[in-house]
Amino acid sequence: MSVAQSKEAADFLSQRVRQIPASGIRRFFDLLASMDGVISLGVGEPDFPTPWHIREAAIYSLEKGYTTYTSNYGLLELRRALATHLEGRYGVCYDPDTQLLITVGVSEALDLALRAILNPGDEVLSPDPSYVSYMPGTVLAGGKFIPVPTRMETGFRVQPSDLEAKIAPRAKAILLGYPSNPTGAVMEREELLQIAQIARRHDLLVISDEIYDRLVYGVEHTCFASLPQMPERTILLGGFSKAYAMTGWRVGYAAAPAPIIEAMMKIHQYAALCAPIMSQKAALEALRAGEAAVLEMVADYDRRRRVMVKGLNDIGLSCFEPQGAFYAFPSIGVTGLSSEEFAERLLVEEKVAVVPGSAFGAGGEGHVRCCYATSLAEINEALRRMARFVEHHR
Amino acid sequence: MHDILEILEKDARASPEQIAAMTGRSVLEVAEAIHQAEESHLILRYKTVVDWEKAGREGVWALVEVKVAPQREVGFDRVAERIYRFPEARSVYLVSGTYDLAVVVTANTMREVAAFVSEKLASLDSVQGTVTHFLLKRYKEDGEILVSQQQAPRLPLTL
Repeated sequence: MSVAQSKEAADFLSQRVRQIPASGIRRFFDLLASMDGVISLGVGEPDFPTPWHIREAAIYSLEKGYTTYTSNYGLLELRRALATHLEGRYGVCYDPDTQLLITVGVSEALDLALRAILNPGDEVLSPDPSYVSYMPGTVLAGGKFIPVPTRMETGFRVQPSDLEAKIAPRAKAILLGYPSNPTGAVMEREELLQIAQIARRHDLLVISDEIYDRLVYGVEHTCFASLPQMPERTILLGGFSKAYAMTGWRVGYAAAPAPIIEAMMKIHQYAALCAPIMSQKAALEALRAGEAAVLEMVADYDRRRRVMVKGLNDIGLSCFEPQGAFYAFPSIGVTGLSSEEFAERLLVEEKVAVVPGSAFGAGGEGHVRCCYATSLAEINEALRRMARFVEHHR
Repeated sequence: MHDILEILEKDARASPEQIAAMTGRSVLEVAEAIHQAEESHLILRYKTVVDWEKAGREGVWALVEVKVAPQREVGFDRVAERIYRFPEARSVYLVSGTYDLAVVVTANTMREVAAFVSEKLASLDSVQGTVTHFLLKRYKEDGEILVSQQQAPRLPLTL
């Protein structure tokens, strides 16, 4: 196959894939790749390496020869430890034999969940802005993505009434991602209770992506599946990437009623077979002994969060206080630039990379995502450069 | 208070302004808390972790195990004081196990360490014996890893 044939090759592509627009920030990404000396606030992962005891456990498991497939559901001892963890933390009870599935990151779990439940044309409601894979994942699974606008005034928490207003006869599921990437928003328990009522009233399933559950600051994370009568209509998704700084290990999980997990497993066994065994061994160590490291990292993110949020507000990029994940999502209204223009010019003029809010849906326009999982020295230097930039473009 | 101390322990040069931003307190409040911590000796001193080997100054370190006969009334404290008052004793700990005091001794040469141990430590009345371990290689000092290590780079942009 040569490059010259690529036009014809493109004709082979399915309608379904063609429906997915190319990422709007591809150009920005290429520009960034061509530059040196950039301070990046554009990352989406911790700046800590995985805690050593977890890495060491994986090394040990390799030495012992754990290099095989595991059960399609994942290692039973990991599922048991996970069941104990979820019950201890949120009071939710899952049977490790039938209601838990270990996946290749939470990304796979989300894809499985959508493919397992959607018929062509089924609608999935999700806050806008939201994580980049929600819309394409829905479309690839044959569903229709219905964005529900959220606003800075309400801290980018999806308002139950806004959600209910978008429910049409084909609505099948609500897809929540809180604490939120990109906004850092954390839902209040009361709002989640109202959403639970809406789900019951309209007989909807809720997919709750709680990958950032451990990264909250001064507030409690409410696990959606812990709400009354919700376990039977919730697919809880989680993982190890963010809490334990394990992004490259690709290990996540889904917890749901047995028939749904079985359906997800059916797809998983043909598409991925199982998550890598060494990653599962590492995840087991994380659950057994990773708590202290999580608390230490959260305390560290919290300090940087305060510096970032105060710094952004001080330079005129008004920013509501994010209570979760590791992102600030300031308004760039004062510059009059679109989020893509802002990100591109900031990169060219001051060598600071942020992510245009529009990458996360139309609702992200007018904002940029700034990740504070980077050193304080870099955050402070980035803020100095951004101050100069904003001054220049006011 | 602990949050401020934790930040200063990692970076003694963090300014009250920076600490205020990190903790969400006012600058005045932070400055006052630091002042009080200094006054009440919660903060003893501000120091720098130096890799002297890299800077080209060798120096000699030794870990000396000291076996002590405890004295009536004062236990190990009096002999410990006799030892920790010597500037050569960089750290002095009472420990459990087969010996009693662990003393980190620093000097310019091995001869100086040997002289200090034989003339000052071993000759003390209640000291029953010493075992000296010369430090050969320093891997980690006060939480800082000294052997050069590379952090794998992250992609500059991930969503």
